[in-house]
Amino acid sequence: MGKVVLVTGAARHLGGRFVRRIQRDPEVERVVAVDAVEPAHPLGAADFVRADIRRPAIAKVLAEHEVDTVVHLDVTGTALGAGGRTAVKETNVIGTMQLLGACQQSPRVGRLVVKSSTTVYGSAPRDPAVFTETTPAKSLPSGGFAKDAVEVEGYVRGFARRRPDVAVCVLRFANILGPRVRSPLTEYLSLPVLPTVLGYDPRLQFVHEDDVIDVLRLVAHEPRRASLNSGTFNVAGDGVLLLSQCARRLGRPTVPVLLPAVTWVGSALRTVGLTDFAPEQIRLLTHGRVVSTVQLREVLGFRPRYSTAETFADFAASRGPGLLPPERLAGVVDRLADRIAPGAVPSRDSYDGA
Amino acid sequence: MADAKVIPFDDDRSRARRRPGRPEEPSGAGTSGPAAVRALPGAREVPDEPDEAPAAPGPVAEPDGEGAGRAGWERKLAGGLAFLRRRVTGEYEVDEFGYDAELTDQVLMSLLRPLYEKYFRVEVKGVENIPEKGGALIVANHSGTLPLDGLMMQVAVHDHHPAGRHLRLLAADLVFVLPVVNELARKAGHTLACAEDAERLLKAGEVVGVMPEGFKGIGKPFSERYKLQRFGRGGFVSTALRAGVPIVPCSIVGAEEIYPMIGNAKTLARLLGLPYVPVTPTFPWLGPLGMLPLPTKWTIQFGEPIPTDGYPPEAAEDPMLMFNLTDQVREQIQHTLYKLLVQRRSVFF
Repeated sequence: MGKVVLVTGAARHLGGRFVRRIQRDPEVERVVAVDAVEPAHPLGAADFVRADIRRPAIAKVLAEHEVDTVVHLDVTGTALGAGGRTAVKETNVIGTMQLLGACQQSPRVGRLVVKSSTTVYGSAPRDPAVFTETTPAKSLPSGGFAKDAVEVEGYVRGFARRRPDVAVCVLRFANILGPRVRSPLTEYLSLPVLPTVLGYDPRLQFVHEDDVIDVLRLVAHEPRRASLNSGTFNVAGDGVLLLSQCARRLGRPTVPVLLPAVTWVGSALRTVGLTDFAPEQIRLLTHGRVVSTVQLREVLGFRPRYSTAETFADFAASRGPGLLPPERLAGVVDRLADRIAPGAVPSRDSYDGA
Repeated sequence: MADAKVIPFDDDRSRARRRPGRPEEPSGAGTSGPAAVRALPGAREVPDEPDEAPAAPGPVAEPDGEGAGRAGWERKLAGGLAFLRRRVTGEYEVDEFGYDAELTDQVLMSLLRPLYEKYFRVEVKGVENIPEKGGALIVANHSGTLPLDGLMMQVAVHDHHPAGRHLRLLAADLVFVLPVVNELARKAGHTLACAEDAERLLKAGEVVGVMPEGFKGIGKPFSERYKLQRFGRGGFVSTALRAGVPIVPCSIVGAEEIYPMIGNAKTLARLLGLPYVPVTPTFPWLGPLGMLPLPTKWTIQFGEPIPTDGYPPEAAEDPMLMFNLTDQVREQIQHTLYKLLVQRRSVFF
């Protein structure tokens, strides 16, 4: 008999993609997609159940469909459609509590996958350069999505203690980028001119949405030979990009702003509704965050297909050219080279932007 | 040494020429040299790196007609332009600590070199005590109010080590709080002085520099010059033991006198959240001019490495052994300091 997988947050882009992908796996008999709003995208052969995970009704859904694998993707930073920060926080925290309560009641559930984020580590200048899964955060996130993620993980740990028979996997994703992902970070990177914090050049890591789907599939199934797929894992592409590098590769000029002014500009932009510049976002863009993915490779046996740089290139290709496209700047340098020392630099017109 | 006076833009090649022992590298020294070092778990080569690297040396290798001068100039220009092209398009790499090898080699070291060669006239001894490959922990004394000694030590290793190794310094958390300073420190390969970062670097086979005296050493009054302070809690020894790398003691003479600290504005320091605010014979009395360090003559001596691979794995948990090794390192540095001071003719020459 095949598995019955319940996916929360199916109305979102990633949730929808995961629902469509996992139903093609041979081990899966049925997929139950859950969200509070009707999804705008097709879900294939999955059964869509319109249910709010903040309500106890979710327990009924679990029992009715005899669900054995729960993939909880409804832990997100932004509201879908209307609803402010309060609604998001409710869904993240209360929703997770209700869902975990329902899972605890259900004797059939044997596997739980929770989407978390590397924001649980915070970003502080006194942190070590690279976070491992066991690094305690020096300064716990004080609010926003990061705090939600910390709380969600706390409840998940409690659940794992109470139901040791359930395989629990928490995936801490770095910033997810992809041609169709929308997040506060992608909105920031789509600004024509990027405000940056004066005197700081944060290190960033990205993970491609295709890799997100693949790693979720990996942990939703039984572990492969010689690997373990329960526990907490950081998920990020290889390598690191500095914000200045990102801006240059995107071809967007940067405007360094003093740190106090950044906070002010951020709140001003948020009021106007241009971008969602949360304080945690500002901290990320000040101090940066890099996580170790050794556990992901060695314990889970997963190798991301896209490195951080490749993920970013894919993202950059999906956006329009900025005000200072790297191709044009490279062309200027090449022309300069031709003028000063003809023949000294081989002309490389075929700049591929990769 | 006529060519030592110019500070070429693409200086890696010119240094390779000056130093016959060093193997000739392709122009992408910034990219190819540290690439081997950068074999960290998180790092990966960008596939289009190879066609970036050989950009400069290929077409300029015809020194027949005009003479070597013009060819060298063109090569430097080509290297500089290739560098500029990579910078403006963002096509360079940093490691997970934010170390930008290319920027460090081509720009940051070139900016520090005049200070190193002309101002402090640093004399380096025993640089061969740093192993050719594999991790090593360099432990040095700390002095001078501003951490110029660390930077000079970095230039010394970078310019004089036969294998062209890069020193990765561990810096105080204050460095990573300050704007601009933190950005430059990360790009120059420095990271926070904590056991996690040090162990990660050492296990990756990097040469790590640490100054265990910390603020106690750098902010001590002039009257206590060349008296080593307590070496922290000996954390550097257990880190070296866990990573199984040798400890290289390093003694720096000359840095103590660059800003003779005769007073400490403690109230102001507390207000600003700094560990100390120095008062020297010139600062703050002469204003910005008082910020100029005195042009002392420096000597940096790297001592015999102390091996740590002979100890069993549980040795890192043995406090007695830690204290003994810490004292051994401290004694060796102090002893060398006294020896160098006796040999020194004067503070300034």
